[in-house]
Amino acid sequence: MLYFSDLLQYSDTFLSGLRTTVELTVLTTILGVALGTTCAAIRQYGNTVSQRVVASYVELIRNTPFIVQLFFIFFGLPAIGMKLSPWEASIIALTINLGAYSTEIIRAGLGSISKGQVEAAKVLGLTFRQTLFRIIFIPAFEKIYPALVSQCIIVMLGSAVISQISVADLTYAANLVQSRNFRAFESYLVTALLYLGLSIILRFVLDAIGKRLFAYRAIK
Amino acid sequence: MSLVNLHQVHKYYGDLHVLKGIDLDIKAGEVVSIIGKSGSGKSTLLRCINGLEEYQQGGITVDGNEVTTEDIQVRRLALSVGMIFQNFNLFPHMTVGENIMLAPTIVLKKSKAEAEEIARAMLLKVGLEEKFDSYPEKLSGGQQQRVAIARALAMSPKVLLCDEITSALDPELVGEVLKVLEQLAKEGMTLVLVTHEMNFARDVGSKVVFMHQGKVWEEGDSKTLLSDPQTDELKQFIGAVL
Ligand SMILES: Nc1ncnc2c1ncn2[C@@H]1O[C@H](COP(=O)(O)OP(=O)(O)OP(=O)(O)O)[C@@H](O)[C@H]1O
Ligand SMILES: [Mg+2]
Repeated sequence: MLYFSDLLQYSDTFLSGLRTTVELTVLTTILGVALGTTCAAIRQYGNTVSQRVVASYVELIRNTPFIVQLFFIFFGLPAIGMKLSPWEASIIALTINLGAYSTEIIRAGLGSISKGQVEAAKVLGLTFRQTLFRIIFIPAFEKIYPALVSQCIIVMLGSAVISQISVADLTYAANLVQSRNFRAFESYLVTALLYLGLSIILRFVLDAIGKRLFAYRAIK
Repeated sequence: MSLVNLHQVHKYYGDLHVLKGIDLDIKAGEVVSIIGKSGSGKSTLLRCINGLEEYQQGGITVDGNEVTTEDIQVRRLALSVGMIFQNFNLFPHMTVGENIMLAPTIVLKKSKAEAEEIARAMLLKVGLEEKFDSYPEKLSGGQQQRVAIARALAMSPKVLLCDEITSALDPELVGEVLKVLEQLAKEGMTLVLVTHEMNFARDVGSKVVFMHQGKVWEEGDSKTLLSDPQTDELKQFIGAVL
């Protein structure tokens, strides 16, 4: 027998967990993509030293487990005097993680912009900064947007790990509820469906943003 | 008074000696066609004139100002030197109007209304006033190239550099672009064109420069030079392209 009605009394717990996961996702998606964009620009256009620094960061993050990165930030950093709340540690870990993966994705986009575009901007008198923001970014993001959206969703789902350092996110709520009423099947099924819903909504929102940014493809 | 002056310009790509002491003097209002075989250094020459490439020896001045690749210089140069490319290089995410208005607004700091007025006037000049709100990819190659010309003109350059600007076009679209250039020439615009269009060079151009192996091999009045070439290399070149 299944007892989904047993979950009803915990709906507040689920809702608050959902809310935490949503807040964390919104914040880290914005921060992570901003970090990734900055690093990708450095990787593509920066000097050799800064390129190396960024490359090392990307490789370090992409070749270590997320949970270890999180534990290092939360449990490890206090040893050198950086004490962070679970919430702060989670934001930082997720941002750094998305930042590294999106660096590689966004760099591929920057690489797809022809030299001619940059030269055309230069001979019109634009500064490099103006060229980057006005000429390069939008077509570059258009090229890699689906991959970037997928990566944001992967990171959102991966955020479940932060329940391990007692951030009261959706997964934390599921663990809590099933430890109280022992309805593991029901708790995790509902949680899975909530994550599925979040993925669908996040993709929908990001696609809508993309449609606006790249509207020029559709018009006329 | 010379508008563009090159004095003993040498350019190397690594060990490759591409320009071997170029002397060239271009006066305001001249239409100079640069011809020559592939690899003779025509594009490199144009790119040195607008500071896209650095040169190692000699001097280049445009309107009295020395040309270097230092960024600020390139930008200041952008105000007097316009350039049009073989493959148009319009910005795909901007409408035709936005493409043209961009530099006048953010480089020349003109108001939006002023920039729009300029953009519409330039589009009228190239015969595309109805395309103001279209996106580049919806235009034919010939139309895109005319927009690129309008975009360059919107910065009111003193000289316009054109690097094989009809080479990427279907043959039936070449004429509309050349017509625009001819009109500009009539209005007194200084043009420096790398071109394979010998008829255009002869009929519209005032001067032809034949480049060979990184040197100005032969130069002179366009009609005389093309009908009566002095060097064997130019004779051979003309024989090959006609
Ligand atoms: N960025 C570069 N790096 C190294 N060598 C280059 C570079 N650009 C051009 N070259 C070389 O310089 C020489 C002159 O090239 P350039 O493009 O000026 O010739 P061109 O006369 O314009 O030829 P084409 O008619 O094919 O356009 C060629 O040998 C070319 O291979
Ligand atoms: Mg060339």
